[in-house]
Amino acid sequence: MNQIKIQTEPFDLTAIQEEMRRQNPAIGAVVTFLGQMRDINEGDQVTTMTLEHYPGMTEKALQAIVDEANERWQLLGIRVVHRVGPLQPLDPIVLVAVASAHRGEAFQACEFIIDYLKTRAPFWKKEQTPEGERWVDARHTDEQAEQRWKRAGS
Amino acid sequence: MINLLYFARLREALQTGSETLDPQSDSTTVATIVDQLRARGGVWQDVFAENQTVLVAVNQEMCDLEAAVKDGDEVAFFPPVTGG
Repeated sequence: MNQIKIQTEPFDLTAIQEEMRRQNPAIGAVVTFLGQMRDINEGDQVTTMTLEHYPGMTEKALQAIVDEANERWQLLGIRVVHRVGPLQPLDPIVLVAVASAHRGEAFQACEFIIDYLKTRAPFWKKEQTPEGERWVDARHTDEQAEQRWKRAGS
Repeated sequence: MINLLYFARLREALQTGSETLDPQSDSTTVATIVDQLRARGGVWQDVFAENQTVLVAVNQEMCDLEAAVKDGDEVAFFPPVTGG
């Protein structure tokens, strides 16, 4: 079973993992990635970050990524939770959890989903620093991470 | 009418999040819409300048400048994404 959520409120990593691992006794591995808000970026202190998204398209883009992961690997469940709105350092931003019979599929699919999310899902971060506000620029390393999966093919 | 949406840095620069636009012809593409917006001059010309990376989605699917646009479509412009 797959589930995609966009929300302003925090999420409970443990509760999601627990619910996921219990849904099917064929699950042998649950791999989770948790992205959290840092208090420093590009060498500057960041006090607050605000996440904007494109309602409607965001869910569709994430669904397309989840569908592609299910085509590439034998998986037994995927959860993607992404927060929007204002966030403070240490706040969880994104969770990707993948269940499979064996660890290899879950590890790879989890990394694939977060790599594609970084370049294909319409979210934008704005940082508040002591010097004022600024939009976060896309990172070249994120594009490289996506390219790696394209080369790996399907 | 075509529904235009602007997000993040673009929305702030253009000081609007959405508008409707009369297509110039029945066989409009993203490229002709961009030309129409550029022709407004000022900040529109800057935001849609050749050297600026602007991504586009038609009806919530990423596409390129050649994509066809018809009456009633939703066309969104935004900077490279930075979520996760």
